[in-house]
Amino acid sequence: MLGEGIVRGLAETARNFLGSFVSKERLTTVQFPEERLPQAEAARDFPFLVYDGEDWQAGMRCVACQICEKECPPKCIFIEKSKDKKPDALGRAQFYPARFDIDVSVCMSCQICVEVCPFEAIKMDTAFELSTDDRFGGLLWDRQKLALSDAHYHAIHPTDAAHTDELLAAEKAKAEARTKAAVAKASPAPMPQPPAPAAANEP
Amino acid sequence: MTLPFTIIAALTIAGAVAAMSLRNLVHCVLALTLAFAGLAGMYLLLGAQFVGFAQILVYIGAIAILTVFAILLTRGTEPDAFLDLPSAWVSNSVIVAAVFGVLVWAVHSSPLSRRTLPPPPQITVRQIGFALMDRFVLPLEVIGLLLTAALIGAVILAMHEKQAAK
Amino acid sequence: MTETIDQIFVILKHWLVGHVPTAVEPIVSELLSVVPIILLFPLLFALITVMERKGLGRIQNRYGPNRVGPCGILQPIADGIKTLTKENIVPHSADKVVHLLAPLLLVMATFLGYAVLPVGRNMVAANMDAGVLFFFAVGSMTELSVFMAGWSSRNKYSLLGAMRAIAQMISYEVPLILSSVTVIMAAGTLSTVSIVEQQSGYTGIFPHWFVFTPWGFAGFVLFMIAATAESNRSPFDLPEGESELIAGYYTEYSGFKFALFFLAEYLGMMSISGMAITLFLGGWAAPLSFLTWIPSYLWFFGKLFFFIAGFIWIRGTLPRLRMDQLMNFAWKFMLPMALINLVTAGVWRFMPTGILRWLVCSAMVVAPYVLLGRGFMLGKRLEKRTYRFAD
Repeated sequence: MLGEGIVRGLAETARNFLGSFVSKERLTTVQFPEERLPQAEAARDFPFLVYDGEDWQAGMRCVACQICEKECPPKCIFIEKSKDKKPDALGRAQFYPARFDIDVSVCMSCQICVEVCPFEAIKMDTAFELSTDDRFGGLLWDRQKLALSDAHYHAIHPTDAAHTDELLAAEKAKAEARTKAAVAKASPAPMPQPPAPAAANEP
Repeated sequence: MTLPFTIIAALTIAGAVAAMSLRNLVHCVLALTLAFAGLAGMYLLLGAQFVGFAQILVYIGAIAILTVFAILLTRGTEPDAFLDLPSAWVSNSVIVAAVFGVLVWAVHSSPLSRRTLPPPPQITVRQIGFALMDRFVLPLEVIGLLLTAALIGAVILAMHEKQAAK
Repeated sequence: MTETIDQIFVILKHWLVGHVPTAVEPIVSELLSVVPIILLFPLLFALITVMERKGLGRIQNRYGPNRVGPCGILQPIADGIKTLTKENIVPHSADKVVHLLAPLLLVMATFLGYAVLPVGRNMVAANMDAGVLFFFAVGSMTELSVFMAGWSSRNKYSLLGAMRAIAQMISYEVPLILSSVTVIMAAGTLSTVSIVEQQSGYTGIFPHWFVFTPWGFAGFVLFMIAATAESNRSPFDLPEGESELIAGYYTEYSGFKFALFFLAEYLGMMSISGMAITLFLGGWAAPLSFLTWIPSYLWFFGKLFFFIAGFIWIRGTLPRLRMDQLMNFAWKFMLPMALINLVTAGVWRFMPTGILRWLVCSAMVVAPYVLLGRGFMLGKRLEKRTYRFAD
């Protein structure tokens, strides 16, 4: 009959209206910025440099190999190698980046830098409320701004961080096994030789 | 010559003069609408409520729109007309003023203008309704017939156009 | 005591008028009737805009505006500031005088309609003998201003939108006036005050409202549909919805003039709801006889609130009607229903009171509705789409 569809439509709308006061599924708005939707674990926004321990300069994993700078599609990473070396996570002396700048306004969050890094040094952060009114330097981040602790990495990507920790531990174990084998090879008999060649192989 | 009458009369005359002398046709129609509104005001001043409101409803609400549609559908794209005064406009104005003066004098000096009218009766809509159904029922029915014929004619015209368009 | 609260504004006005010199008494009396209307209804307009946005939001599973003031109540102030500070753009080749006059005429015509609405017992700005006719006459002035708006913009699409808007408004004026004629026939008068007074009696606890009769109910539904179309409200908002597509008749308007159009639309909505309340729902009369202690103006505005809520509800539910669907509906369905309703009202008046009158008149209203509805929907089966020119 004419008008039946209208009445049914009105009933549906009324159900929506009244239901929006009582049930959450009829009022799905999240009142940003007071409330926030939880982000997925694999969410990614812009990169950050991971450091172990407390000191961001001493514990930084990045060794300035410049692979990420070469692989970055929009070329937003600028690295300057240092002149001296510092010990890295496995104890070896490595270069470190004297300058590590990322132009976040250019970065397209493709995560290629994370995928190619052999040292698990650069990972993706999930912070997105990054507006600034400094037009010229506000979105060009230097290495101090980019350095965030491993604990932060564990907080934002728990499974990935656990996986990375496993990888690093396996590498460390391999390196230690190698040095132990080298030490064992260098000294097969109780020691008549001078300890100098063995000391040269010490890490 | 009370103040409301003067104001409404001035508005009506201004509307009529503008309707004749404006260059853009649609402006003329809008000025004519102002003259209609002035007429409605006159009716209301005389206490004829029904006629006054019917004037607004019919003239401003329907006839003005009809005129505007007619202009737009036929001459809408014409450029504005130019107001070209005839070269002898001074002598023409003198003659017109003289004729008008003679008419005013004639009306004013006739016994008609000195007749004291009784106050107008308060005609209610009820009395108009009774009169329409009682004394004037034949004109009412004839007008109804005329309007029906006009409606049917309009429908036939529109249908013919649709047939022709197909 | 309830009598005093009911008549508080009338008493206040008489007291104030008694304090001015006799020469200016009529002017002051008129001013005291008119100024509250001009102050109150735009305030209601502001409230309605918030109500509409929040209501539509809730219907659409979201909040409405809720940042400005508690629950977004002060949103109209923000809207007003925004509208007033926008640049007033007038197209270069537009007709400046007519462009300015169109919204002014529209607002003036809409405000004039409030003069005959009785908002309470003894509270009407102008008790005219031909009140209903005055209301519709003034309502027909709005069409002229719509045309002025569309034409003065010198924009083809504006003009087209204006023509369609005028066609819609003229087509729906006929069922509007015809359905109010049934009330005029039953009441025997064109004066809004006496129409309301005739509906203020009670049999038992039930009121004598005209909407509780078969012809009154049909007339009420017809009146409300035509009123929705007259004020260009969804689902008949093709003139203003076109703004989203190409252009409506007020596309070349910006800033305050646009706000005036908006104001006029909502004011028109309220005034025609007020007329529906006056004609069909008993004006300021209470719905049940033991509720008459609530002041009459509260009843009027309460009923107006429900009408506005109904408008918003319908807007949130129905999709927009196309132009030809609109016109078909007006001329092929509503006009015959309105004419049959007239006959039914006449039959009601001349049959003796009793259950037979109810049965006959209900049959006279329901049968044409079903038949016309069936005939109307006959051509509306969903079919496989055919193309006229392409093979």
